[in-house]
Formats: sequence, structure tokens, C-alpha cells
Amino acid sequence: MTAAAASRLTRTTRAWVEQVMGLPISIHVRAQDLERADIRSAVRRTYDHLRTVDAVFSTWRDDSDLLRVRRGTLHPRDAHPWVGEVRTLCEEASAATDGRFTTDLVGPDGTRGWDPTGLVKGWGVREAAQHLSAVAGVRFCVNAGGDLVCGGGPRSDAIDATWRVGLEDPVDPQHITRVVALTDGALATSGTGARGQHIVDPATARPVETDLTSISITGPDLMWADVWATASFVDPGLLASHPDPRWQEYEIVGRTPQNPAAG
Amino acid sequence: MRRITMAFLATVTLIVLLFSYPTSTNRVASAASVATTTGVSTSSSSSAAPSGSSTSSGTSSGSSGGSGGPTGTTSSSTTSAAMSYTGTAVDTQYGPVQVRITVSGSKITAATAVEYPSGNGRDQEINATAIPQLNSEVVQKQTASIDMVSGATYTSTGYLQSLQSAIDQAHL
Repeated sequence: MTAAAASRLTRTTRAWVEQVMGLPISIHVRAQDLERADIRSAVRRTYDHLRTVDAVFSTWRDDSDLLRVRRGTLHPRDAHPWVGEVRTLCEEASAATDGRFTTDLVGPDGTRGWDPTGLVKGWGVREAAQHLSAVAGVRFCVNAGGDLVCGGGPRSDAIDATWRVGLEDPVDPQHITRVVALTDGALATSGTGARGQHIVDPATARPVETDLTSISITGPDLMWADVWATASFVDPGLLASHPDPRWQEYEIVGRTPQNPAAG
Repeated sequence: MRRITMAFLATVTLIVLLFSYPTSTNRVASAASVATTTGVSTSSSSSAAPSGSSTSSGTSSGSSGGSGGPTGTTSSSTTSAAMSYTGTAVDTQYGPVQVRITVSGSKITAATAVEYPSGNGRDQEINATAIPQLNSEVVQKQTASIDMVSGATYTSTGYLQSLQSAIDQAHL
């Protein structure tokens, strides 16, 4: 595409933001007519979907299906069907990453149990975004607390598909370390951030001791990009050396060492 | 860097949130809630005539966000050319954080934390340095021309969350 053609692409963007799952989740939509009712409706359904994910999987809401199953007051077969679906995906993620991704975690209360939180956000946002990719003539980007999924609906060729994403340097927040252009696909960042050392080495059940503070991964699917970001934080070499061709489309696009001089 | 920080410090004294919108183009219906954290407020913004189009930005209010705070109110600017956008108040473990940006010619020219934790001496000590630094960072990052930021559940979570919502409203 020539530069002149690129400059004719529609870049008009509208953004929505709501606080769901403890995160500000923003939806950015480009279209020639942003007043369209079907766009608003799709955005509303996307947020509705995310709120349902939160109601089912929240580890903060006592009445979530997840916590009731963990307490034994709700039989898994009576829980939302997503609980079984996510359990299967968690097992798949753990197997794919040689156990670097795990959901068998010790919670803040000291008890060990099934905690799919590390997968639910990526999965939930990926699934919710399908409401947007069904809308003709739009390009979109959903940013869930720094993890993003971008895509477009049918007949969206006249809309600019590129979203420029800055990777923030957690060591020196004055800088962004790199700008990644995304069109269709996902970008997930994992690391030690504001929430402390929340990544646990499954082998030791202790917080990971690593020279990294963050790692960013792009790929076609947000859930898997997020899973691989978590696993790669524990073992940065695992993804590149993985024999399964399924993961060849996933790439580490950003790594921030704790000590820039050593990196 | 220093100049930008100083610009922010000048701006923080002018924080006036407008909770009502003008019914005519040159009259502000009411100005309420001086949300300044520095205790200095001036009346220099009272003559501003917000162009007022930003209320149609499509920003949804956060209906699910816990105790929440004022969501996505748009305040007037202190100059005729610039517009200000106040982000959603984001609850953090230390207390609510709320960020306001001033936009002129599609650039962020100022970013201020209109609310941040100051409940104890330690909070004040941290925020005395952290908030001005963050505010100047926002302005610097504009040069990169980016649509989004990805980070590891940000180092200053509440600030950046509120900032993102302010940017979203401004369509930057």
C-alpha cells in the first residue's frame, strides 16, 4: 500500500472505558460512522460478557461460581459451563508450557487450590472481543489493563487497522522501550509490577526470582499470548525452543531486565 | 524535564471541576468542588467557555467498578484552545487516584493527579515525588505517538488507569 493510500484510511476512533474485573478495560473502535447503533450495541455486549466472566470467576466476590466451587458449596456440574471450559483450557495451558503455567496456587489466605485467574482475563477478553469482530466495517482494540487484542469485522478494508502500542519500561517509567504495531492479534505483558511478585514458580511455589521485570509477547490469540507471557517470565527460553509449531506465531517482543546495565 | 514539571505544578493550582455544563456557549452554569490537593485555587478558569463537545465522546460510565468514583466527567479548560478531561477515579489499595489531562491541538499539554492517597506521612512522602514525576512523564510520552500502552500491571496502577480513561475521553 502506498503512503497516499494509507493516509486515506479512516482513523476516526471512539473509545469507551469501564472498570471490570478490577481493571479499567477500554474499547477503541474505528469506523466511518461511529454513531452506528450496531457498534454501540456490540460494545455494550462486550462489557456485559466481561461482567459475566467476573461474576463467574472473581476471586473477590464471595458469590462467584469459582469461590463457591472452591468452598464446596457449589457442585462443579451445577456451576456455569464456563467453569468446566476454563478448567480444560488451564490443563491445556499447563501441558503446553511444561508446567510453567499453573493454576494450583497458594492464595493470600494460605490455602492451596484451583485459581484460574492467570488465564481468565486473557480468555475472557478474547471471547468478549468476538462481539466486536462480528461488526462489519470496524477495526477495534481492547486494552485490558495493558493486555490487548486487536481485530476487525468484515468489510473493514477502508479502516486503518494499525494500533501503535508502546511497551512501558517498568524499570524507568519515563520511557517506553519499544513501539509495536498491531493489526490482528494480541499483545500481553507479564511481570512484577504494582501488584508485587505475583508470578509463582510452580516448581517451588515461591515467587519467581528472575532478572526480568517484564516480558511482552505478541501472537494471534490473547489467551495464549498471556499464558506464554506468564510461562516465559519463569523460563524465557521455553517459547523459542518449543517444538510444537502451534507456538511459532508467538514472539517475545519486549524483555526488561531488572538491571538495565546487566541486560 | 524541569520545565515540564514546573508547568504541571502551575497547573495543579487551577483544578476546578465543573459538574454542570453551559447552557449557552459562553456561560458556565456552575462550578463546584474545588478538588485541589495543594490548597491553592484561583478563579482564572471561570471565564472559560468549554466547547462542550466532549460529552458525546461515548465514554461509558463504569457501572461495575466497586465503590467507584465520579466517572468520566469532563471539566472545562483554563484556556480557550485547550480542553481538559478527568479520568475515572480508580481505587487502589492505598486510596483513590484520579487524573486530569489538558489537551491542546491533540497533544497532552498537562497532566495532573486531582486526587491521590495522602492519608498518612508515608503516602505524602511517596506522592510528593511520584506524582509530579508521573505527570511530566505523560507529557513526554506524547512524542512517541502511540495509541496504547502495555505494561506489567503498571508500576503506578491507579494513576495510569485513570490516565487511560482520560485519554480515552479525549480521543487521543
